[in-house]
Amino acid sequence: MVGYSFSLSGKRASPCVRGGAILTAVSSPVKILPIAHRPAVIRPRGSWWRALAAGLFLFSLPWLIAGCGARQENPADGSPTTAQVIENKGSDTLVNLALAWAETYMRLHPDVRISVTGGGSGTGIAAMINGTVGIANASREMKAEEIAAVQAKGKSPEEFIVARDAIAVVVNPSNPVNGLTLQQISDIYTGKITRWSDVGGDNRPIVLLSRESNSGTYVYFLENVIRLGDGKSRLLFHPDTLLMPSSEGISAEVRQNPNTIGYDGLGYVTPDQKVVAVARDGNSPYVLPSVETVNDGSYPISRPLYMYTSGEPSDAVKTYLEWILRDGQALVSELGFVPLRQ
Amino acid sequence: MLIPTRLARLRKIRRPRSSSVSWGRWTEFLIESLIRILGLSTIGFVLLIFLFLLKEGVPVFLRVTPANLFGARWYPTFDLFGTMPLLLGSVLVTVTAIAIALPLGVATAVFVREVAPGWAREILKPMIEVLAGIPSVVLGFFGMTLVAPLIRTTLGAPTGLTAFTGALILAYMSLPTIISVAEDALDAVPKSYRDAGLAMGATQWQTIWRVVVPAARSGIITAVMLGMGRAIGETMAVMMVTGNAARLPLSLDAIFRPVRTMTATIAAEMGEVAQGSTHYHALFGIGIILFLVTFVINLVAAPAIFAKRRRGGLR
Repeated sequence: MVGYSFSLSGKRASPCVRGGAILTAVSSPVKILPIAHRPAVIRPRGSWWRALAAGLFLFSLPWLIAGCGARQENPADGSPTTAQVIENKGSDTLVNLALAWAETYMRLHPDVRISVTGGGSGTGIAAMINGTVGIANASREMKAEEIAAVQAKGKSPEEFIVARDAIAVVVNPSNPVNGLTLQQISDIYTGKITRWSDVGGDNRPIVLLSRESNSGTYVYFLENVIRLGDGKSRLLFHPDTLLMPSSEGISAEVRQNPNTIGYDGLGYVTPDQKVVAVARDGNSPYVLPSVETVNDGSYPISRPLYMYTSGEPSDAVKTYLEWILRDGQALVSELGFVPLRQ
Repeated sequence: MLIPTRLARLRKIRRPRSSSVSWGRWTEFLIESLIRILGLSTIGFVLLIFLFLLKEGVPVFLRVTPANLFGARWYPTFDLFGTMPLLLGSVLVTVTAIAIALPLGVATAVFVREVAPGWAREILKPMIEVLAGIPSVVLGFFGMTLVAPLIRTTLGAPTGLTAFTGALILAYMSLPTIISVAEDALDAVPKSYRDAGLAMGATQWQTIWRVVVPAARSGIITAVMLGMGRAIGETMAVMMVTGNAARLPLSLDAIFRPVRTMTATIAAEMGEVAQGSTHYHALFGIGIILFLVTFVINLVAAPAIFAKRRRGGLR
């Protein structure tokens, strides 16, 4: 739940070395055993060792093939020694989009391998800071201390806005409530409004659902909806808020429980959840999230999605990011996100 | 529990065969010292893990005021590190789980060992062991999609993701441990005890309830302690079904409300924290608290485990 891992090959670049290490570790005991010096009784043990070695060799074979295959193909093309590997990790909101980009890009450029992993914006940025991934996907801006952590390593993070996302407020389909103002949503999530009847619904308790605090969606929702964008506000989620470890957790609970209210990226809203129209305040119209309403700015809860690199991106990463910002935008709306205006 | 008896059996059949070749004696020595090093290294690893836990966790006790640290609000993004809701959440879920699993587990063990005919025992024992092999994430998914809606509709709670749902899943997960350890304990009760009970004119039920179960008491306590250790440390299933709301579970209906446990908090938040931040140390601080709690449980269980050895009698 915490780390969905969508790995598209790529990750198997180093096991070539690892496979080799296994092989030598196994074969050396076979050579060292001085079979001739031993009493005959021990012979069977020697063959046992050999069987073990053979077994381990067979076991490591897939890794050897998978790991070294990529390396051996390329010299034949005359291209540089290894396949270019781009590790890409972070926001669960972005993960499906990042996967779609990676798949399409790898089809166009067979010499590049991209692996995409979810886990949350914070996870991705932490991995980028530690140098384990090249690109961090984030659904929020980097925090000051994260930037400081990159700078402590003598680099400065590069920010790329790659798409836009709208956060949809969802309820169970049986809920008669059609629209809420930002103020009402804030009151609901801080525990001032506790029954649906107070906002024009049935006489039921309200069950609050949220993503875990490692989700960029969570931070964005807190700052821009609960605190209504007021930097001085100290409002927090009500302690009774259920923190769900995944988008699927939210949709599963919304689907089966008529008391719930939840929020999630527009790209994650399934047809079995009811999207509520949101108004900026009591005098503004209620607007449903869509590509049009996000791009013309009338839907009040939308945000940019980011990719970060640590320092100047390498050539492979740079070409990939340029492709995302240009041709890759065609994929964005297919996944329920909002493409950048060009 | 099986391991000590098995070791004792092995020790008895050790052969005095090392006289043949000096080479054999040499390898024997090599293997023995290798095994010794491996055995001792386990202790070393536990020590190192504990030291690491202390090193990473202690700063939080220095940086955060005790009032905050044991406060009622866990909101690490905004420097509120109240561990009370998490600690009480873990305790509530674990105690409820054991309250459910103890009678079920002991009753099952009694049935399997004392009542069931031989063929039924042959089927039941492996089935119980299979139960232990179900991955917790599968049980969590089962709980989330089937048990939670059932609890919401039957109990009328606002949501089905409650401490009780978590306790049900945990009880199910600790059952195999409790059953097999309790069954071992019942098995260790000498046959003469049962014969004496029956000879005194007691019914089978009276013999089981007044003689055999009390005689196996220490083993059953061990079983419960081990089950409790399993329950308090469980993470994935709990994270999926308890709702993870960090509220103080002090109201009367707390058991039918969401809770957040210590393990779920660590698992959910560890991926996000910046290394070296107060939040990072706070999660290790929770780890220390969890470690201490399990340590105390084991400590309490230890006399019961060792008491088992002193009983004599014919089998």
